[in-house]
Amino acid sequence: MTVRVQSDPFDAGAELNSFAQNRTDVGAVVSFTGVVRDTKGDLQEMLIEHYPGMTERAIAKIAEEAVQRWALVDVLVIHRYGPLKPGEPIMMVATASAHRAAAFEAADFLMDYLKSRAPFWKKEVTAQGASWVDAKDADEDALKRW
Amino acid sequence: MNVVYFAWVRERIGLPQETVDTDAATVKDLIAELSAREDRYAAAFADVSALRVALDQELADFDAPLAGVQEVAFFPPMTGG
Repeated sequence: MTVRVQSDPFDAGAELNSFAQNRTDVGAVVSFTGVVRDTKGDLQEMLIEHYPGMTERAIAKIAEEAVQRWALVDVLVIHRYGPLKPGEPIMMVATASAHRAAAFEAADFLMDYLKSRAPFWKKEVTAQGASWVDAKDADEDALKRW
Repeated sequence: MNVVYFAWVRERIGLPQETVDTDAATVKDLIAELSAREDRYAAAFADVSALRVALDQELADFDAPLAGVQEVAFFPPMTGG
C-alpha cells in the first residue's frame, strides 16, 4: 500500500506502469486519475489546501479498509495540494486484485471516500476572484452505497 | 489546546492556528466560548451544519468531549478527489 500527499506534479502513466510492473499474482489493475477541470473556461488556478497529518492518516485508513474489504493485493493513492493549473492531474488511485470486479469496486469506493473524508479543500481562482468549492450532497450520499 | 482552522473558516477567523486556554467540556462549549469572543468567530461558527470538526485528527461530533484532546480542527465539508 502506497499513500503519497505531495505538491509536486506526477506522471499518472509512469505511476501506473510502475504500480502494475512485476506482478504475477494479480489478474486486474484499475486506475483513476482526477484532473483539474475548467468548467466555464475562466479558471486560472485551483488551490488545494489540506490538513497535514490528518490527510495521510485519513487516506491510509480508507485505503486499508479497501484492501481488507476487496482482498486487494496492492493499492496506490497519490493526492496533490497547492496551486494547480487546468488540465493537471490532482490525484490518482490504482488497485490491484485477482479479479476485475474487486479492482473496479475498490477504486470506486476509494474515490467516494477520498472526496468526502480526506481533509482537502478546493478553491477556484478566476479573473473575477477566488471562491471555495462547495461539497455536494450527492458526494455525501454516495458514501451510503458502501 | 491547539485549535486549527482550514479553508473559509481560516479566512473568516483570520488565523490558521491558535492556542486556546479553555475549560470547555465539549466541542459545542468551545464554539460558544469562541463565538462570544469576537464577531469574526461568531461569523465563522454561525451555521455549524456547514462545519466539520476533528479531534486529534479524527472526525468527531459537536457534542464530543474535549477531555484529553490536544488539537481541535474546524473546517468546511471536505472536497477531495
